[in-house]
Amino acid sequence: MIWVEEVESLPRQGLESIQLKRLQGLVERVYATVAPYREKMVAAGIKPEDIRSLDDLKLLPFTTKDDLRDNYPFGLFTVPLEEVIRVHASSGTTGKPTVVGYTENDIDLWASVMSRCLAMAGVTRGDMVHNAYGYGLFTGGLGAHYGIEALGATVIPVSGGNSKRQVTIMRDFGSTVLLSTPSYALNLADALADVGVSTDELKLRVGIHGAEPWSENMREEVERKLGIKAVDIYGLSEIIGPGVAMECLHSDRGMHILEDHFLPEVVDPETLEPLPYGEAGELVFTTLTKEAFPLIRYRTKDISKLYAEPCGCGRTLIRMEKVMGRTDDMLIIRGVNVFPSQVEHVLMGIEGVEPHYQIEVNREGTMDTMSVLVEVSEDIFSDEIRVLEGLSKQIQADVKDMLGVTCKVKLVEPRSIARSEGKAQRVVDNRKI
Amino acid sequence: MRVEQIAVFLENKSGRLAEITRILAEHQVNIRALSVADTADFGILRLIVDKVEEAKKALRAGGFTVGKTNVVAVEVSDNIGGLAHVLAAVNEIGLNVEYMYAFVNKSSENAVLIFRFDNMDKAIERLQQKGFVLLSGEQICSL
Repeated sequence: MIWVEEVESLPRQGLESIQLKRLQGLVERVYATVAPYREKMVAAGIKPEDIRSLDDLKLLPFTTKDDLRDNYPFGLFTVPLEEVIRVHASSGTTGKPTVVGYTENDIDLWASVMSRCLAMAGVTRGDMVHNAYGYGLFTGGLGAHYGIEALGATVIPVSGGNSKRQVTIMRDFGSTVLLSTPSYALNLADALADVGVSTDELKLRVGIHGAEPWSENMREEVERKLGIKAVDIYGLSEIIGPGVAMECLHSDRGMHILEDHFLPEVVDPETLEPLPYGEAGELVFTTLTKEAFPLIRYRTKDISKLYAEPCGCGRTLIRMEKVMGRTDDMLIIRGVNVFPSQVEHVLMGIEGVEPHYQIEVNREGTMDTMSVLVEVSEDIFSDEIRVLEGLSKQIQADVKDMLGVTCKVKLVEPRSIARSEGKAQRVVDNRKI
Repeated sequence: MRVEQIAVFLENKSGRLAEITRILAEHQVNIRALSVADTADFGILRLIVDKVEEAKKALRAGGFTVGKTNVVAVEVSDNIGGLAHVLAAVNEIGLNVEYMYAFVNKSSENAVLIFRFDNMDKAIERLQQKGFVLLSGEQICSL
């Protein structure tokens, strides 16, 4: 089922002309109403009328998280506060939180994009949707909530926490769809066992998981433990919250971006030059239709790729790959951009290797060297040297294949890679530059 | 006739072997035979012990990666040519030795050779045909 077929299956040309019109309107509006945007455009020598094609997007200055901090809390809003009917804020792990605002139209837009995302996962009016994203300043809970209602499905606004009670509710209410972070889905799976509820007693069919990075291994685990199909959703509060991109049930490569509202680019995080489809770089979004808090070329720091190939579902919306990491984690080794997640992909591709790994970068003389430390689990352990050396060589060859960088592979004992709060530290950069 | 051997992954850093033997001693596990295979970066410790499951459990709890493999134990007289006879028998049918180690039994005149072959079934069949004495795990531990 396609929720808004006339938009989502538009020939590219039609979609692009909608995007251009909206982009031009947006640029005119922010130029006229938001001083920080106008100042940046003036400094770059750009006027709204210079945007004649979608290609001219690249003329516009980027917006970064720092811009949001500098204008904390409401400095980048384009409408008077009387027109803002809701605010959300990010947790702000470093410094001030990021505050976002919504007009009434923005809330409707959000509900609409979110409901389209739900439809991509096959959710319909008949579904009982268990919304375990946190309700509050975080955009996850309320963003999903309005989308579920807009679709006409039944929402259980259960929010996060108290997993045992959630399991009982899931069983008694007959929840068919689960919305949660992937780690919370696994938490619920464990709670099933604690409460003594088997998956046969549940009606769960599909899980929609996002708001944190998760691997294909984790997806398999969620699917196996809950007996569901698990799909990926992407969003960030700056852009709108959940509802920016969604994996449909047919997709073999990532999530459809709701491009009629969110215009995507992928740029090289170093040079900031736009990259062609299929190349990994930093995701950049321009919100085409948001009123209170639009963003132009917002650098997400998320690493992904865009794919223009048509999808089996019939949507013409381009797709973004599952987020592969953050630009903050990017390493440059002998001139090559390396993301820890790429190494993780390699390790996952080698049967049995659970990715407890660490990348160690050193400088020997003038040469950068990269070592990949891999914890030897019982799945990959062998009592034969030949087998373990073969594994090292395979990892080395696959890393070289994928990244073009030669690395040294060190097999290490389990739990020897330092973890903080249960999470492994993925990169140790010993270079003194 | 197979013997259970445990193998432990060893990172190349000081004190690991000492830690393993300490754990085994603490759990009253007796080591009957062992060998260490090593490369520049890591090593593999292979052990024949009297209490396989206890040893595995204790080492796992101590944070080690532990595997269990079947090996074959051949008892030969502690004379010149003892090992050569065994190797000749398996070599004739094209079998390979992945690794081996040996110990001499103090209470008799015999040596015990521990083998891992690339094809264990064939190797065992061949050795039995040729009349070699294969030992069970209990037999090794009661020597």
